[in-house]
Amino acid sequence: MVERRPLADFLTHLVLVLGVGIVALPVWLAFVASSLTPEQVLDAPMSLIPGDQLGVNYLHVLTQGSTPLKSLLFNSAVSALVIACGKIAISVLSAFAVVYFRFPGRALCFWLIFLTLMLPVEVRILPTFQVVASLGLLDSYAGLTIPLMASATATFLFRQFFLSVPEELAEAARIDGAGPMRFFWSILLPLARTQIAALFVILFIYGWNQYLWPLMVTTREDYYTAVIGIKRMISGGDAATEWNLVMTTAILVMLPPALVVLLMQKWFVKGLVESEK
Amino acid sequence: MEKRTVFRSAWLPYALVAPQLAVTLVFFIWPAAQALYQSVFVEDAFGIHVEFVGLANFRALLADPYYAQSFATTALFALCVAALSLGSALLLAVLANRVVRGAAAYKTLIIWPYAVAPVVAGVLWLFLFDPSVGTLGLVLKKIGVDWNPLLNGAQAMSMVVLAAAWKQVSYNFVFFLAGLQAIPKSLLEAAAIDGAGPATRFWKIVFPLLSPTAFFLLVVNVIYAFFDTFGVIDAATQGGPSKATEVLVYKVFHDGFKGQDFGAAAAQSVILMAIVIALTVAQFRYLEKRVNY
Repeated sequence: MVERRPLADFLTHLVLVLGVGIVALPVWLAFVASSLTPEQVLDAPMSLIPGDQLGVNYLHVLTQGSTPLKSLLFNSAVSALVIACGKIAISVLSAFAVVYFRFPGRALCFWLIFLTLMLPVEVRILPTFQVVASLGLLDSYAGLTIPLMASATATFLFRQFFLSVPEELAEAARIDGAGPMRFFWSILLPLARTQIAALFVILFIYGWNQYLWPLMVTTREDYYTAVIGIKRMISGGDAATEWNLVMTTAILVMLPPALVVLLMQKWFVKGLVESEK
Repeated sequence: MEKRTVFRSAWLPYALVAPQLAVTLVFFIWPAAQALYQSVFVEDAFGIHVEFVGLANFRALLADPYYAQSFATTALFALCVAALSLGSALLLAVLANRVVRGAAAYKTLIIWPYAVAPVVAGVLWLFLFDPSVGTLGLVLKKIGVDWNPLLNGAQAMSMVVLAAAWKQVSYNFVFFLAGLQAIPKSLLEAAAIDGAGPATRFWKIVFPLLSPTAFFLLVVNVIYAFFDTFGVIDAATQGGPSKATEVLVYKVFHDGFKGQDFGAAAAQSVILMAIVIALTVAQFRYLEKRVNY
């Protein structure tokens, strides 16, 4: 701080607290609604203090209904983990090949991977759906995850990191008689630990929050993800929306990725900033 | 930059890139080519007869007043989301960079909405602004606003803009804060000794040094508003009322998946691809500049 200004300091904290309050407001109200009975939510204006229905609502949402949320959460967890791990695995391998080998077609590979950056799933949604349908992958974990796995950003991140690894390491490994895969497993991969952790946080959230793609490739309820589940609760047509249960679901759906962000905050910020370089 | 030490193998590099390339070719390049191909054909309702029509799909699209309207809606939406989320994130980042005590706590409390899925953000704000039970909807009614986003297009638009911007503030905040922390303290202290007040220091030193970050974030925010907000819109308004919030990505989904008009949807996809390519090129031009900075 350059100079002392007690009034400015006070105003700074005041605006920051207000900002944090506005950011938290929707989630606080969702939490309050998830602890009330449907009548209490409809009794406008809704109370701003949590009620005593917390346990009842969460138990109901997790276990009751035609598709209890716990199975949807399981599907979300499986696809988020498979997408994150799959993306990291195929990206780290191709970055290794592009950096540590010279082979005919290297530039072409690089450009093909780069192109994926320009083709977000929202843009090529229909033809991708047709391809996945013709491969018979609708309503399967493979269909939910594999089409989202190619990643230019992850490949670039690893390429950038490998380029910064000192030459001497590869030379020393070669002199000691290590082949390329031995070098990769024993030296490169352990060095890339922080990059892998950072990417994992970003990609887990990416996978968990996918909406349009699961919406298209799943028609059977046993393959719905949690994010699809919450959308289906509010499109009930004429039936009145049970806001207390919808908000209970919303809290449960955002809890896992929010926990990942909060518990792995250091890697999250690193991954966010570095994957855009 | 190239490695001097490389390994030699005739087959290993191909095996290493094979999984990435397979996914890329099957799920990215093939569908994109398919979209290009379908955009110049018209298919009859039963999918039996296919006819080459050249650019007729594009011509029909550009003559369609609904498409022009969707373009204008998307531009307005992207502009509002970018302005709102960049402005508030910059304010919060400047303030958080200023405080000595509690900076880490503020940071933690601001970054977590990044983890919220767009659909969930849409549902949360839909509840907040519900005209009969929503807390903010009732406040608006109490102060005399005839609030009903289910009927009023402008109100529906402001609701989805708020929801989309709310989710993006945390991302912008992280980048602005990193940019601010990279500004050397000595510069600011030297300016202060020369008699520059806080406002002068911000506009003459901090803001120019932050402008590359701001430009990068502008591009990212526009891409976000164009392509990643499908969930917000689908949950909060479904493109309504009377198409007031039907952005381009929502229209592709609606025309193609629900309306089964593959030719028109493919032509829309091709136009969207052109937009992403233009934005990505803009982003990389910026990266080149930053390297030379």
